Amino acid sequence: MRKVSAFNIATIAAGMAFLYLPIAILVIYSFNASRLVTVWGGWSVHWYGELLADAPLVRSALISLRLALTAATAATILGTLAALALVRFGRFRGRLLFSAMIYAPLVMPEVITGLSLLLLFVAVAVDRGFWTVAIAHTTMAMCFVTVIVQSRLVDFDRSLEEAAMDLGASPLRTFLSVTLPLILPAIAAAWMLAFALSLDDLVIASFTTGPGATTLPIRIYSEVRLGVKPEMNAVCSIMVGVVGVAVIIASLLSKLTGARGAPSQ
Amino acid sequence: MTNAMTMPPGDDAAIRAQPSAWRKLVVRIPYVWLIAFFLIPFLIVLKISLSQTALAQPPYTPVFDLAAGWRGLVGFFSGLSLDNYRLLASDPLYVLSYVKSVEIAAFSTLILLFIGYPIAYAIARMPRRWQAALLLLTILPFWTSMLIRIYAWMNILQHDGPLNQALLALGLVKEPPVWLATQTAIYIGIVYSYLPFMVLPLYASLEKIDAALIEAATDLGCPRWKTFWLVTLPLSSAGMVAGVLLCFIPIVGEFVIPDLLGGSSEPMIGQTIWMEFFANKDWPAASAVAVVLLCLLVTPIVVYQNQTMRAEARD
Repeated sequence: MRKVSAFNIATIAAGMAFLYLPIAILVIYSFNASRLVTVWGGWSVHWYGELLADAPLVRSALISLRLALTAATAATILGTLAALALVRFGRFRGRLLFSAMIYAPLVMPEVITGLSLLLLFVAVAVDRGFWTVAIAHTTMAMCFVTVIVQSRLVDFDRSLEEAAMDLGASPLRTFLSVTLPLILPAIAAAWMLAFALSLDDLVIASFTTGPGATTLPIRIYSEVRLGVKPEMNAVCSIMVGVVGVAVIIASLLSKLTGARGAPSQ
Repeated sequence: MTNAMTMPPGDDAAIRAQPSAWRKLVVRIPYVWLIAFFLIPFLIVLKISLSQTALAQPPYTPVFDLAAGWRGLVGFFSGLSLDNYRLLASDPLYVLSYVKSVEIAAFSTLILLFIGYPIAYAIARMPRRWQAALLLLTILPFWTSMLIRIYAWMNILQHDGPLNQALLALGLVKEPPVWLATQTAIYIGIVYSYLPFMVLPLYASLEKIDAALIEAATDLGCPRWKTFWLVTLPLSSAGMVAGVLLCFIPIVGEFVIPDLLGGSSEPMIGQTIWMEFFANKDWPAASAVAVVLLCLLVTPIVVYQNQTMRAEARD
């Protein structure tokens, strides 16, 4: 058996402290009663109340939610199809270009993705707004979905499908009643991660947005550029909470069925 | 595979022929989407980087005019020029911006490797049942917005923020040091934001190492540091390459971190693209900066893709 060394535990503890302390401080200060962000004035939920009264902020939050729902759903459908194509179809024509287009966006600097999509929208002369951001987020998130669903499909026991086909089920029927239920947890996990990605994005949304579609991160960015504000501590804490819950549910879902490495990369 | 062997050839052909319409659709829908919204936009960036700034909407010429037919096409190509690239090469501001971005990305990737390796190693050495939870804890911050994580550091690093308060209370400094708008703050922000990207691939390759190999080395009298150096480290090289690329490539083009934590006096290249685009409204220049950035990154991106595809082929 492996024995747990004290040095390794200390390393992990230090690493986790580094990762979580800043977020913890942010959340704690969001409950600070004082208007001065650096002076502790006792516990209070005052700033959370202020948020609800801030109409443009609430509007942006609703836009971001609607956007994340739309983009995550579209990205999940497209990404799942792409994963099926990559895992099941062997060497189809143009596979190299296809997988290159799947993996490149994962590391592409966001400024380039944002700029290029904006120039496309300008070239085809569409009005920028909610739908252009939705398309941009779908494109970015679908590659993450593909990677997650792909890892589930690779582990998949093909003999179950073969059994269904041997018993006379059509390929479509086999897919709907055997394949889909088995990869559904991975798809659900991917949807939630796509949701989180869209909700968080600042750079791509800034390029592709238009009048009337100011997302929550864009609004937060324009506020925090000028410095730390107690209201922003509160709104950021809420976002950390929402995304944290989504990711934990996603990883429990994928663990349930033993999909390996679900939320990785 | 087994399917094809156990079934009579006729049946197999029938099964293959039937779903082909579906198969085509499954490939084509995401394929067309990616071509339309990933590949074509890049070609447009390339084209606009060869155009000239104009006081019009869209603010560049030549504009491709389909109605003008062949003449339009000729006029379009003769209107292209390399002026934007000449501008990039001649203006030290751009050159410095590229050099600085690559330098910051290289150093911070190195720091990330040195911090990330012990953490990944320690997680891989924990009892199995803890590993999944520890990994989840490592990944979790990655899914919260980069903007929020950087904002959290703005909180900590501000002049009378928690860090300086702690340093003063401990008597480590007499005067509170300035953190924000410095290079140090950029490095802190980058290392903080990209740590999960480094730990994950390292963990993946460390976890695969057969414990028997290490036992064998120890049994044969190899000291622990030497076992690590001769066995563990080389076997985790794939993870190191993946982690380094996964960090280096996006860091070069980083925008949010240098914009909020660093100053604007020496912008990184991501900030330069942003400024050319939003402040100066010089779209052709912004596109040219982006194209050169892509050329800088194309080698690491291709290496990264080869790695992922090889890993995919192994699975």
